[in-house]
Amino acid sequence: MTKTSSVKDLQQLARSIRINVVHMIAEAGSGHTGGSLGLADIFASLYFNVLNHEPKNPQWSERDRLILSIGHVAPVLYATLAEAGYFAKDELLSLRKLNSRLQGHPARDHGLPGLELSAGSLGQGLSVAVGMALCAKADKKNWHVYSIHGDGELQEGSIWEAAMSAAHYKLNNITAIVDRNNCQIDGKTSRVMELEPLREKWKAFGWDVFECDGHSYTDIIKTCEDAKQSVFRPTVIIARTKMGRGVKSIEDDFRWHGKAPSKEEAEDFIKQLSA
Amino acid sequence: MPEKQLINRGNVATSVGFGEGLLQAGEANPLIVALGADITASVKVSPFAEKFPRRFYSLGIAEQNCVGVAAGLALSGKIPVFATYSAFASMRTLDQIRVSVCFNNLHIVIGGAHAGISVGPDGATHQALEDIAVMRVLPNMTVISPCDATQTRLVTIAALNELKGPVYIRYGREPMPDFTDETTPFETGKGQLLKDGTDVTIIATGHLVWEALEAAYALEKEDIHARVINIHTIKPIDQDIIIQAAKETGAIVTAEEHQICGGFGSAVAEVVAKNYAVPIEFIGMNDCFGESGQPSELMEKYGMTAIHIMLAVKKVLTSGNKVIEWNI
Ligand SMILES: [Mg+2]
Repeated sequence: MTKTSSVKDLQQLARSIRINVVHMIAEAGSGHTGGSLGLADIFASLYFNVLNHEPKNPQWSERDRLILSIGHVAPVLYATLAEAGYFAKDELLSLRKLNSRLQGHPARDHGLPGLELSAGSLGQGLSVAVGMALCAKADKKNWHVYSIHGDGELQEGSIWEAAMSAAHYKLNNITAIVDRNNCQIDGKTSRVMELEPLREKWKAFGWDVFECDGHSYTDIIKTCEDAKQSVFRPTVIIARTKMGRGVKSIEDDFRWHGKAPSKEEAEDFIKQLSA
Repeated sequence: MPEKQLINRGNVATSVGFGEGLLQAGEANPLIVALGADITASVKVSPFAEKFPRRFYSLGIAEQNCVGVAAGLALSGKIPVFATYSAFASMRTLDQIRVSVCFNNLHIVIGGAHAGISVGPDGATHQALEDIAVMRVLPNMTVISPCDATQTRLVTIAALNELKGPVYIRYGREPMPDFTDETTPFETGKGQLLKDGTDVTIIATGHLVWEALEAAYALEKEDIHARVINIHTIKPIDQDIIIQAAKETGAIVTAEEHQICGGFGSAVAEVVAKNYAVPIEFIGMNDCFGESGQPSELMEKYGMTAIHIMLAVKKVLTSGNKVIEWNI
């Protein structure tokens, strides 16, 4: 699909994604607001610039793969997929409802186009990304694998098993993106379980480590391009983000990790996002 | 059904059948790949790995990652086989198998090696006695427990070539009687009538199928005519052959080298209880861990031999609406 590098376009797309996220979660009455808002700029950058993909041909064999390891931020994925034309935006309001294709966590068996993996149990997505990247190498394919992780998710040991194997097989066709918002359900990551020194951890596991401002389209896109140049190593981008980004009144507030706005709050959020 | 008594052509470990099946299927289908968690030779993946080094991925002692990587390979079009000791293959990895494999309904063959107490001297940690229960509760999963090396080879080929979705195959380490042949053709999902009988049915899986046959042949001498059925595909289970046995023989003994609780006997009992209730006796591990010892010593101590099956047959024949008391 056609890519855009225009900051204005991406801003507009991310705003639309955020507004839809708020509508969806408020309508559902449950869901993960904070992380979904915090990732909107990264998702807009990925789906409207970085990824090679065909919304009208979701199974296109040469597409880049995006694994959402943190299934709980499904709303930002769904809103982005709809924005990109994978399905009609009307369907977004069916989130978390009975018989919906928009399950609380991504579920391929419900038939929503554009989902690469049914996921929701933390710490599994990077292994799947490794399997895909191994396959691309074996079959001499050029598609790239992106996997999206939470920072709290990195507390799962299986992430580091996967990290070790990606470096062992020199999988330079994987880019892991860490949503480094310093928050998880119980509070600040530094208090729940310290992740620092995070750069050094990934480096020690054999990865090339990048950092970017997860709310700067130019920085996200440039860093993804840099990451793709890696010759021998898998790459990780530690994207500094704010949970709840765009809604000033809840920014950086871990209490909004898994909380849905009421109808009144949603109205206020959308007002803030539209300003 | 075989007309003659089945004979043991010699003891062979079922793991050998798995290794041969994997190699044979791999030669025919280039999409098949294998993953290793360090014990490749022991779980008999080595012949494949040596023949097809580019289709074998060594991933170290990291079973959870192995399963996730298998999922990624399957999502990209490969047919991955991941084998390790069944205790780890089925339980260390349970969450990954549940979500990344079963929920995504991916065609992956998981080999559970060293299953059962016949692993022997390694002791309880390495004697998987819970894997059938844990694997059969997962939606989309096919669970297979072949009875000898010949059948394990056929099962492995069928799992890779014919089946869809996730498959768990359980196999053992100790050389055990190899007795199935062209008179007992293998078909996934179908139970096998190995000996006819009218008084009682012994329904067995895995290593205990041979013990069941020995028990049944011995019972003939006491004028008890036991039917013997091999259920290799525990899920989805062959309901018809079980219901027919319940109706025609009126009593059932199940036999497995696994915990009774939640395992193969429970699967049979679910079918019987729902469709045609008859008395059932269960041979298997009785809610305890194993220990070190020679395989035959352990099978004896924990009650999983032909003699124990014979005693269970006599007990089930006296239960329910029958009033005779046997001294056993
Ligand atoms: Mg976080």
